[in-house]
Amino acid sequence: MAYSTKVLEHYNNPRNVGSFDKDDPMVGTGIVGAPECGDVMKLQIKVNPLTGLIEDAKFKTFGCGSAIASSSLATEWVKGKSLDAALGIRNTEIVEELALPPVKVHCSVLAEDAIKAAIKNLQDKQANAPQTVNS
Amino acid sequence: MFKLPVYMDNNSTTRTDPRVLEAMMPYFTEKFGNSASRNHAYGWETEEGVDLAREQVASIINASSKEIIFTSGATESNNLAIKGVAAMYKKKGNHIISASTEHKAVIDPCMRLERDGCKVTFLPVDKFGLVSPQQVADAITDKTILVSIMAANNEIGTVHPMKEIGAICKAKGVLFHTDATQAVGKIPMDVEDMGIDLLSMTAHKMYGPKGIGALYVRRKDPRVRLDAMLDGGGHERGMRSGTLNVTGIVGMGMAAEICRKELHSESERLLKLRNRLHEGISSKLEDAYLNGHPIHRLPGNLNISFAFVEGEGLMMGIKDVAVSSGSACTSASLEPSYVLKALGLGDELAHSSIRFGLGRFNTEEEVDFVINDVVRAVNHLRDMSPLYEMHRQGIDLKTVQWAAH
Repeated sequence: MAYSTKVLEHYNNPRNVGSFDKDDPMVGTGIVGAPECGDVMKLQIKVNPLTGLIEDAKFKTFGCGSAIASSSLATEWVKGKSLDAALGIRNTEIVEELALPPVKVHCSVLAEDAIKAAIKNLQDKQANAPQTVNS
Repeated sequence: MFKLPVYMDNNSTTRTDPRVLEAMMPYFTEKFGNSASRNHAYGWETEEGVDLAREQVASIINASSKEIIFTSGATESNNLAIKGVAAMYKKKGNHIISASTEHKAVIDPCMRLERDGCKVTFLPVDKFGLVSPQQVADAITDKTILVSIMAANNEIGTVHPMKEIGAICKAKGVLFHTDATQAVGKIPMDVEDMGIDLLSMTAHKMYGPKGIGALYVRRKDPRVRLDAMLDGGGHERGMRSGTLNVTGIVGMGMAAEICRKELHSESERLLKLRNRLHEGISSKLEDAYLNGHPIHRLPGNLNISFAFVEGEGLMMGIKDVAVSSGSACTSASLEPSYVLKALGLGDELAHSSIRFGLGRFNTEEEVDFVINDVVRAVNHLRDMSPLYEMHRQGIDLKTVQWAAH
């Protein structure tokens, strides 16, 4: 199966590979997927306490080229967005942007889930430790 | 320098040897007759070509030329052997024994027979992919008519003890079929010594053309009979009707002839290349595990799981190398290779596997290029693997509660 040029581009030059300290109160971490399914995505967001916007994002992915490209794209898209706006990112937009074939749609679903899981993790943290965060 | 991508997928198919093509060429042009035309020279000369090829193909497995039935390939040979025996011997019994790591071209005909009332036992394998002769002996019942165990596995290269399994079948009076698609031309195969009654083979795995294969059917001690699947002109002793694929047959004959003459030196050379590849990779990468048997395996086959890296993603990273993976990320099921799973390998390591298939045309320079490319790509992907990160942090991945999707 041939890959789209956009998938290849993200695979060869993945954006925002890396990790934040998951204990940082301004960092939300989402880990989705399972090794036995052949995909695991870890997506992290870092929120600016003053603006409430996602100022940075990082990912690490175990998976095929489409999974790596989907998570790379997801980190690009969440940057600069509010949490609500980031929650609005749909997997179908990722499918469209990367021209993913039907067998690779699950990669985009996983990326959407990873964004949601990271945001939920951040919100859970903030609910449990309100004194450190005022947004 | 060499051509990119480097072809290292010779368990999938092989390049046609130029000597094979040369032998075939006249049969596309001036020698175009139907080998069944008995009444003119056009028929005679092609029949001569077919006769020679039949001898050549028989020789490589120590059979008689009368025992060779030409087919379209190993899939057809397997179907004909298994279904043909089941139909012909149904009064004697309805039990078939095979193995869980067989090729789909054996498993699926068996499963179809199961739907039609046969009983099939798929023997489990050990961690190296081996079925033991004892397992076969224990599984045989008074209803067993056929044992079908592959000579060498297509994914992991594990070679079965043919002679021991053959002896058990003979002692119990059960027919022994082997899918020797990967073995013929690569390791010595001898139907007499190994007690094989039916043997499937194909030309394109041994540097011959695609679309031509053969089934060896024993003619004495015992004389094996088959119910044909294709009826028609009664070609191939009535077991496989249809005008013979003369060009393919001539090519298969030449391919077998070359393999027979060069088997010893070629397998030695391939073993050296494989060891170079294996050592080159393992000396530069941690957590690269060999799948299949360390000793009883095809000389050209190397199957490695690169922990923390997904196989399809890795193949994308080594785009200058043509290999295959046990990961099934492209299939709708997301299920990785059933062969690797049968070894007891976790799904995650099955997803991380790459099969390197070395062949006649691979060189040392290519092997060195592949080592460097694989090491670079694995390191690159591990740097972005959350599993590798967890492993480095000392987290046991087996204890993690994954949110399966």
